Amino acid sequence: MALQLPVYLDHNATTPVDERVFEGMRPFFCSNFGNAASRFYDLAEEARKAVQQARERVAGLLHATSGDEIVWTSGATEADNLALKGVAEAYKEKGKHIITQVTEHKAVLDACKWLKRQGFEITFLPVDGAGLVTAEQVEEAIGGGTILVSIMWANNETGTIQPVREIGEICRRKGVLFHTDATQAVGHIPVDVEGDFIDLLSFSGHKFYGPKGCGGLYIRKRPRVRLSAQLHGGGHERGYRSGTLNVPGIVGVGLAAEIAGREMEGEMERTGRLRDRLQDQILSRLKFVSVNGHVERRLPHVANLSFAYTEGESILLGLAGDGIAASSASACTSESLEPSHVLRGMGVAVELAHCSVRFSLGRWTSEEQIDYVTNCVEKRINRLRELSPLYEMAMEGIDLKSINWTGH
Amino acid sequence: MSYSKELMDHYNNPRNVGSMDKADANVGTGVVGAPECGDVMKLQIRVDAEGKIVDAKFKTFGCGSAIASSSLATEWVKGRTMEEALEIKNTEIAKELALPPVKMHCSVLAEEAIRKAIEDLKRKKRVASSQ
Repeated sequence: MALQLPVYLDHNATTPVDERVFEGMRPFFCSNFGNAASRFYDLAEEARKAVQQARERVAGLLHATSGDEIVWTSGATEADNLALKGVAEAYKEKGKHIITQVTEHKAVLDACKWLKRQGFEITFLPVDGAGLVTAEQVEEAIGGGTILVSIMWANNETGTIQPVREIGEICRRKGVLFHTDATQAVGHIPVDVEGDFIDLLSFSGHKFYGPKGCGGLYIRKRPRVRLSAQLHGGGHERGYRSGTLNVPGIVGVGLAAEIAGREMEGEMERTGRLRDRLQDQILSRLKFVSVNGHVERRLPHVANLSFAYTEGESILLGLAGDGIAASSASACTSESLEPSHVLRGMGVAVELAHCSVRFSLGRWTSEEQIDYVTNCVEKRINRLRELSPLYEMAMEGIDLKSINWTGH
Repeated sequence: MSYSKELMDHYNNPRNVGSMDKADANVGTGVVGAPECGDVMKLQIRVDAEGKIVDAKFKTFGCGSAIASSSLATEWVKGRTMEEALEIKNTEIAKELALPPVKMHCSVLAEEAIRKAIEDLKRKKRVASSQ
């Protein structure tokens, strides 16, 4: 098969809309354009039915009992905010303690920080070197006033998968609500809200070949989870989230969910094999490369690597020149010039955090592309190491930690 | 962010990459930044008997802006006296490369690297002449 350029290995950032999904969405823009909340005429009924079908499809992917447990939002960030703030407000008479962990997405962390400013107590559990929290840590942290535990399913930077079921079991036993930001897991690995004791779950369409701007929050019906709405208005989504439904978006997410469920097993195997190929080839051809995150408990399509002595943005710039898209958690790639809180939380040395590159494969990533990327990475890293004073010092046997750097 | 043509040129074709002998009496070395910051620049200059900079080399660990800033710095110091090289301002480097505002500190670091290299050389000359 011929090499297809450019090569997109940033699927954790976003995914292209699958053509099948796009075709399914198309009628709902110009011809089947009804408002799902309208009544009596055909257009309204068509919209209502399409949304209902999408609900069932997403519920199917999550193994939820009913499509009515899906509340549509503009995406996972909104779903996270709704879950955290909604539960905090609804249960604040019962308690004001919330437990989460340090490598969560900013949507969860910043919502928690806001809640802290409103008088809630937040525990940010530390993670181990692979980015994992343990169920025991969660159990120990739960106290009389704990109303919510929020632990992500799979990390967006490293792909590390948390022990969600074990944590869910403990929360169920202790009568504490369990929310998981499953944005990177849904559509990629099996997610079972019943079997894994989940009460609230955030997801986003554009992470599994659906459109951007549409996602949702799964909210358990039995036992019932109470939630204070964050968006007030027409009372849509059983009052949980007012606002006219994005019908084409929702149709797209539903279709994407159905396709993802059907193709999941095959995709896990295929991308896992390609990811391992990429990682193994790179590790065998370059020295001083380390893997960030858990090497086994990891999303099959993600490889987060640190290339010592070469800075992340400079690597990405070179790869972009080769037609390859990837991302990095280095300070230089962030607007704030701070290196990744995820890698830092895992205890990855700052200088290595600056050298990280995240490769996230997808549905159309081919073996030819993986081999092309391997060659480009090898070439770029070698070239950058020739430019690197740190590499030069390390090869001379100088201990970089012993140097009195000026900093700035 | 999308970088300027000039910046990408320096990134893709960096000028004067390499190292000089630190112990050489006519070589000044400036190392600035820190690995924890994600930016380390090593800039070296060689002067002739009249104190004119006849050669310069650099090595940089950092983003595209850092690499381009230090590459440009080595280009600019060549042919100048040490006093003239000290006049190079970070704002000039930033303007030439059209550095995005968030990358201004890379040009500051490059200016500092020039200064430290010259300081190093002057210190060596003082020590040599006092012996």
